[in-house]
Amino acid sequence: MISADVPPPLEVSPARRIFGLETEFGLHLDTAVTRPVTPEEVAGHLFHSVVQWGRSSNVFLPNGSRLYIDVGAHPEYATAEADNLTDLIALDKAGERIVQDLVAGGEERLRAAGVEGTIHLYKNNTDSSGNSYGCHENYLVRRRADFKAFASELLPFLVTRQIVTGAGCITRTPQGAHFSFSPRADHMWEGMSSATTRSRPMINTRDEPHANAELYRRMHVIVGDSTMAEPTTLLKMGSTDLILRIMEARIEMPGLALAREMQAIRDVAHDLTGVATVELADGRHLTAVEVQQAYLDLVVSHVGGIVAPNDEVTSILDLWQRGIDAVRNQDYSLVDTELDWAIKHKIVSRYRERLDCALDDPRLARLELAFHDVSPEHGLFYRLQSQGLVKRIVNDARIETAKTTAPTSTRAHLRGRFVTAASAAGRDYTVDWVHLKVTGEDSRTVLLKDPFRSADARVDELIDSL
Amino acid sequence: MPQQNVNADSFDDDAPDDAAPPAAAAASTDALDALLDEIDGSLQINAEQFVRSFVQKGGQ
Repeated sequence: MISADVPPPLEVSPARRIFGLETEFGLHLDTAVTRPVTPEEVAGHLFHSVVQWGRSSNVFLPNGSRLYIDVGAHPEYATAEADNLTDLIALDKAGERIVQDLVAGGEERLRAAGVEGTIHLYKNNTDSSGNSYGCHENYLVRRRADFKAFASELLPFLVTRQIVTGAGCITRTPQGAHFSFSPRADHMWEGMSSATTRSRPMINTRDEPHANAELYRRMHVIVGDSTMAEPTTLLKMGSTDLILRIMEARIEMPGLALAREMQAIRDVAHDLTGVATVELADGRHLTAVEVQQAYLDLVVSHVGGIVAPNDEVTSILDLWQRGIDAVRNQDYSLVDTELDWAIKHKIVSRYRERLDCALDDPRLARLELAFHDVSPEHGLFYRLQSQGLVKRIVNDARIETAKTTAPTSTRAHLRGRFVTAASAAGRDYTVDWVHLKVTGEDSRTVLLKDPFRSADARVDELIDSL
Repeated sequence: MPQQNVNADSFDDDAPDDAAPPAAAAASTDALDALLDEIDGSLQINAEQFVRSFVQKGGQ
């Protein structure tokens, strides 16, 4: 039985948006045993406790987020719906801790199976042989008939934002190695498409809003790098949100359509000096610095109008400008405690100086993996952060809370309450982004089409009936 | 590894003042070096084999 009395969609201010982040983690077993152990086998042991709890390796957690094993045996965590960036960052960081918490149990089960080793989980985007996996950003936008034209206006911004929000990486080529802005850039094949593993687009246009489809669409951006530093995630999501707000207000965008997006994203990625140009459809040639500055200037010109000023907007705009300046002036110290690529560039450069080695030295590749290791003990990023070498946005207490508690201002609150109650009551249930269902003899389902709605009498009844 | 600490970017009393890095940058380099001292040993063990053993099919 599907519960009736569906409440009408909430009236929502255009400035309010639902955000989500999906992270595929690299899974690495470091072991001396000689028999081959597949990533699938490791993932199976890693997720043993998840399956015991949720009877599946694809579950929704009490914090409203989704945890599962994706294509290629990648543990994947998709945050619950957040309607502000602080909640989103807390949920994203909580996800790292949730997967890391599985490691000890996974290692124990591997040991019982005769495999002594250490499991490492990396929040990065490539393995050592160049396979790529993603970090997907979700922005709920208002539905419109011209979605593809709308989405394509975002492409010049997405191609060039890597100079501020890229994860940074050592790129190895037959001609030698160099430091690049983004490991993901080389794996992009087209601007927009509805496929993901066959053809890797920057924006996935599959129409799957996980919400009332008459009102909403989901802008599913899959070109971004996984980011470690909280300020980088703030800037990545925050700048994209601000651009979308202006686009949604139907303000004319700077005419920066690119002639060849795939060429442009690679040229920008591989030029840390910021002087490489991209060709525009109108024949002009601009640097990524100039393109980003045009978008930032546009946003700044609307602060006080479409963009309501607040502390968060101020910090996003400030970091965005410093990020652009860092590249323009070649002074990375402007952002080397806040932006991933600059933080990483600093530590890689310092270690290289000490080792007096070439950039393609395997010890630097080892350092890169350590940087992305989400373990609070082994992970280099977390050691940098605890030394005060990386700035924070949220505190540890908030992240710990976000491991078990969903945001209270979105639909995630309803899902989180339901999962917590149903699992405490030992009831069989199934959940997805838009459904809560009690299974069994008196099966009941509640359909939740409004991601902004955090209170719903139908869910209260469902929980009371458990 | 105390020896590396000694060699790393320590202030030289005889150096002219304008050659000294700004205090904040120096403190950050010291902290970075201290951290690299701590992890240097474990990073160097079979680095190449460690890195090469991380291969996983692509995702999305």
